[in-house]
Order: sequence, then structure tokens, then C-alpha cells
Amino acid sequence: MAFLSYLINGISLGAVYAIIALGYTMVYGIAKMLNFAHGDVIMVGCYTVFSVVSMMHLPVWLGILLSIVVCTVLGVTIEAVAYRPLRQASSSLTVLITAIGVSYLLQNLALLIFGANTKAFTSVVPIKAVKIGDKLTITGETIVTVLACIIIMIVLTLFVNRTKAGRAMLAVSEDKGAAQLMGINVNRTISLTFAIGSALAAVAGVLLCSAYPSLTPYTGSMPGIKAFVAAVFGGIGSIPGAFIGGIILGIIENLSKAYISSQLADAIVFMVLIIVLMVKPTGILGKKIQEKV
Amino acid sequence: MKKLTKLTSVVLSAMLAVSMLAGCGDTASTSAPAANSTDNSAEASAPAASGDAKTFKIGAIGPFTGDAAIYGLAVKNGADIAVKEINLAGGINGYQIEYNSQDDELDNEKSVNAYNALKDWGMQVLVGSTTSGCSIAVSAESSADNMFQLTPSGSAADCIATDNAFQVCFNDPNQGVASAQYIGTTGLATKVAVIYNSQDPYSSGIYAKFAKEAENQPFEIVSAEAFTSDSKTDFSVQLQKANDKGAELVFLPIYYQEASLILTQASSAGYSFKFFGCDGLDGILGVDNFNKDLAEGVMLLTPFAADATDERTQAFVKNYQSNYGEIPNQFAADAYDAVYIIKAAIEAAGATPDMSVSDLCDAMKAQMSQISVDGLTGLSMTWDAQGAVNKAPKAMEIKNGEYSLIQ
Repeated sequence: MAFLSYLINGISLGAVYAIIALGYTMVYGIAKMLNFAHGDVIMVGCYTVFSVVSMMHLPVWLGILLSIVVCTVLGVTIEAVAYRPLRQASSSLTVLITAIGVSYLLQNLALLIFGANTKAFTSVVPIKAVKIGDKLTITGETIVTVLACIIIMIVLTLFVNRTKAGRAMLAVSEDKGAAQLMGINVNRTISLTFAIGSALAAVAGVLLCSAYPSLTPYTGSMPGIKAFVAAVFGGIGSIPGAFIGGIILGIIENLSKAYISSQLADAIVFMVLIIVLMVKPTGILGKKIQEKV
Repeated sequence: MKKLTKLTSVVLSAMLAVSMLAGCGDTASTSAPAANSTDNSAEASAPAASGDAKTFKIGAIGPFTGDAAIYGLAVKNGADIAVKEINLAGGINGYQIEYNSQDDELDNEKSVNAYNALKDWGMQVLVGSTTSGCSIAVSAESSADNMFQLTPSGSAADCIATDNAFQVCFNDPNQGVASAQYIGTTGLATKVAVIYNSQDPYSSGIYAKFAKEAENQPFEIVSAEAFTSDSKTDFSVQLQKANDKGAELVFLPIYYQEASLILTQASSAGYSFKFFGCDGLDGILGVDNFNKDLAEGVMLLTPFAADATDERTQAFVKNYQSNYGEIPNQFAADAYDAVYIIKAAIEAAGATPDMSVSDLCDAMKAQMSQISVDGLTGLSMTWDAQGAVNKAPKAMEIKNGEYSLIQ
């Protein structure tokens, strides 16, 4: 029973990682860049919900909606202002460093506007915890997080494989130049990817802060890094990979906390990553890419 | 593009100018009243009148922004109140005090920068740093300069490792032992769980001593779970383990930010533990938007109670409230006491402001093990040779959203 409970909490944690990882993986798959500011977009989403719901006392649905809008606009703006001009740059390192810069910019802006004091986030999940037997409790946040993760994952897969815009994404991810020759607007497709990734970040933020209700300007950075690990773990660029990677990471983290050592949990998580990458360098579901010389 | 660059440069230089002005304004406003009162005292007291406006320069360091801003601001304000009181009453040995404070953002390196900034200003005695890690970092510098350092609230044992450093608050080992004894003698619980931060010397230091003392007490530690600063949001595993092992009480030798998360998660998972903590929990009621009902019944060992009925505490609380609009916590009281302890040591040594920093420190050090100071955080506080304080702890309980003393 205890094991089941640890497992469920692990899945819940992993589901949050998975939603964040989807943002990383889509952007990487299509724009071939690591958007390290992704974690901080999550934080912006959290502060938006906090401002709307806890400070202005407006309804929760409005808060979530506004947070999605704010994050989407933010994501597209970041891409247009900071990343697009550098896309043709000789080194992909340039974009990476810019992304880190954007990350610090967002953190410090939040620090300036909201101050550094921890804010207690009020959970937006109205569902009460479910008790099964004596020992097993499943919180409302867990249920909503896992459901949201599954729904997002299914919708996203359908979108990418069935719609025109989605297929354009696939085409751009395979070969930017060829896609452009086929009449696909590469810039617009990449913008769309950032829009979707950032909207997901808003959802992830709301779920993250509902489950772990403390909000600081650095709230997004550690989950962001863990989610990045999850994306690499599952095979970066692959949507189901991000999902599987996130869930597995969450489970490993919680079980090692429970059965090995609460102190070493992070070390174990990263050790597993190293082992997986040694055996399968492209991640669990990563495609093997042959470079033609 | 050129226009944009121009605009940016204008904006940036404007910001720079504003920040410089703000900086000037700050120092001007802190030094101006002191300078005025110096003139007054020069007329009033003979020794000061003979030299040119000599003052004792006391500096304070703490996190005024950042994760532990509640502590730093309390220290800054508490010391400020004490300085003003002493200056009004005629100063130390007839000399007025000048007071300056610097932000360290809870960062060791910035704390050392703050120390250097204060040294440039002419600081002779340091109240700080507020937190353990920063205090240890600064003591490495201050011991090289042989500057008298009195940390109001840096509670790690290493804060006073150098012989120029002293503490106002209990050190961590003492807090751990006192907590274990309190839980044992009052029979609060027979099965106790601990959740602590293994990356933080404050937290792991208290836990180590608590665990050792628990062996002599009529309760049992059924689970001791750690977390690290990188994973301090999810406590479901730690709480579940405590629950599975049948713990009645959870001991939290941690800071209030994580504690507020633990209380929220315990409540949403439907666990009903008693919670017991140390001075790090002081401040939990000040977390923005925190549901205070969750903290109801939480107990903490801390040496200061704002609702204590003695005259000095009440005067301090009233003064603090009218100046800063909130009820002072333990850190404010520690800093207030720190300034009075410095006053007592200087008076006992008969020191004057024209002594060098190092001579002043030697003179004060010699007196620290002799003096006994009545403060807000304890009556007849004394210091041992290491620099640790000796005073009786008080237990508090959060009732109706306020800290109240357990009689």
C-alpha cells in the first residue's frame, strides 16, 4: 500500500515534468535549439495566476486563461525578439547563450516586480483528496495533473500527425530548407511551436504550483532543469518520449527518496540519466540520426 | 537600430544616475540624524566636546531582499530602534552611535562585499550577519581585521569559531538539545518524525544534536528524512513515511518557507501531525497569502515573545509597530539586544571611539565573559569563552493566527 502511494506521488510529479518536457522537446525538435527560458515562462504563468486569483480575487478559470494568453504571447515574443535574429548565426551556441540570458532576464524582472518573498499559492484544484483504504490518499492535484498530462499528450500527438500545421512542424523538423522549398512558412511554424510550448508551460505552472504551493522568482528553474533531463531521457524531439521520460523520472525520484535515501534522490536521478545515455545515446524513444558527410 | 541603441543608452544612463542618487540619498538620510544628535551630545557631554564629533560606528548586515528578507529587515529595524534609544539617552560612554546597514541577499559572497562596504564607511563594530552561512563567511574576514562581531541570529556553531565573534541567539546544538528536552519533559509525543534540510548547516546541525539528545528522552525518532535545497518543493514522501511509521509529532528544524509547504501538503494529504520547530519557523505567519489556519497549533522554541507582558518588551513592540507597521519577530529582538550588548561591553571596557578597530575588539572581548545583560530575548544573558550565549528558551504556540507564549 505504501509502495502504491509512493508510486502515485511519483507519477504525479512525473506528469508535471512531462508537460514541461513537452515544451522543451517540441522546440528542440523543430527549431533545433534548447530554450532554457522555458522554466521561467512557467514561473511567469504562475505569477499571472497568482495576481489574478489571489490578489485581484477574480475567478480561477479566468486566471488560467489569462496565464495561458500571457505565456503564449511571451513565448512568441521571446522567439521573435531574441531567437529569430540569431537563427542564421554561425554557431548554435549563440542561441543557447541568449536563451540563458532570457532566463535570467525573466527571473530578475519577476524579482523586481513581485519581490523575493515566497508567496503561498492557493491551489486552483477544487477536488478533495480521495481516500482508498486507510493508508492510500490521492490528492485532487494528483488526479488533475495526471489527467491533464494524458489529455495534452493525446491532443498534441493528434495535432502533429493529423493537421496541416502539425505536419508543417514535422516537415520543418526534418529539413528546414526542403520545407521552405515546399512552400511552408518556416518562421510562422516555429512561432506556432513556441506558442504551443509556452501555453503548455502555463498549464504546467498552474499544476506545479497547485501541487507544491510556493511561488518565488526561481520556482521554474529546478523543475525546468529536471524536465529538460526528462526530455533528453525520453529522446529529445519526440513527444511520446517526453511523456515517458517525465513519468519515469518522477517515479525514480520518488521511489529513491522513499527506499534509498531522501538525500541522494537527485544524485540517483542524474545517475540513471547518465546510464541511459551511455546505453542509448539518443534517449529511450530517440531516433537514430545518421549524419551524412 | 541605431535609434534603438541610442534610446537604450539614454535609458541605461538615466537608470544609473537614478540609482546613484538613490544611493546618495540613503547614506545622507542615515547619517544626517546621527550627525545632528552628535552635535547635541557634544554640548551635553564633556569627553565628546573635547575632540571633534567622535562617534561609535556600528554596522549591520543581513538579507533585506531575497529568500530570508523577513529576517534581515527585522535585524536592520531592531538594531535601528536600539541605536536611536541609546543616542537619545546620551550614547555609549557619552559618545553617540552612527549606524549603517547593508544588504547581503542571503549570499555569502555578497555578505563579504557588504562587510567591506561597511569597513570603507568606517565601521568599528559589526552586528551581523543575520544568517549562519553569511556570518561564517564574514567572520573569516572580520577575524583577519580583528573586528568585534556579534551575530544576532547566526546560530551555527561555526559562527563563533573565531575569537572575535559572539552570538546573541542560541547556537544550533543548543536549540536541538533544548527542543528534545522540551518535547521529552512535556510529553508532547512518544513517536517523533524529523524533516530537515541536509544541505543547510543550520538545519542539519540542529537535527544532529536533537537526535543525540533524543536517546536520553522518553520519545523515539521513528523517521528522519532529509531534503536538499534543490528539491525543496515536494515533501509527499517524507510526510508519508512519517505517517506510515505512526509519528504523532513532526520536528521541523528548518526555515519557514519550506515549513509552509510542508504544512500545506500535510493538510491536503489529510495527515494530522503536531508540528514543532525552532527559531527558523518564526516568520511563517508572514508568508504572503499563506493560510494561517494551517499553522494553528504549531509550536516553536524561540527566545522572544511579542506578547510578553514585561515593560521593555511592550515598549519595544509598540515602538517597532509604529515605525515599521508590523509586530517584531525574534530577529528584531535579537538585533535590539545585540546593540545593547555592544553598549554593555564597551562601557565595561571603558572604550572610546578613537581606539583602533583591533584595540576596541580586544577590549570588548575581554569583557564579554564578565558581563551579564538583561535583554528582550533573555534575562541575565552571559557568554562562555567560545562566545556562545547562555539564556533560558521560551516555547511558543501559534494560536488564532498569532504567536503566543506557552506558560
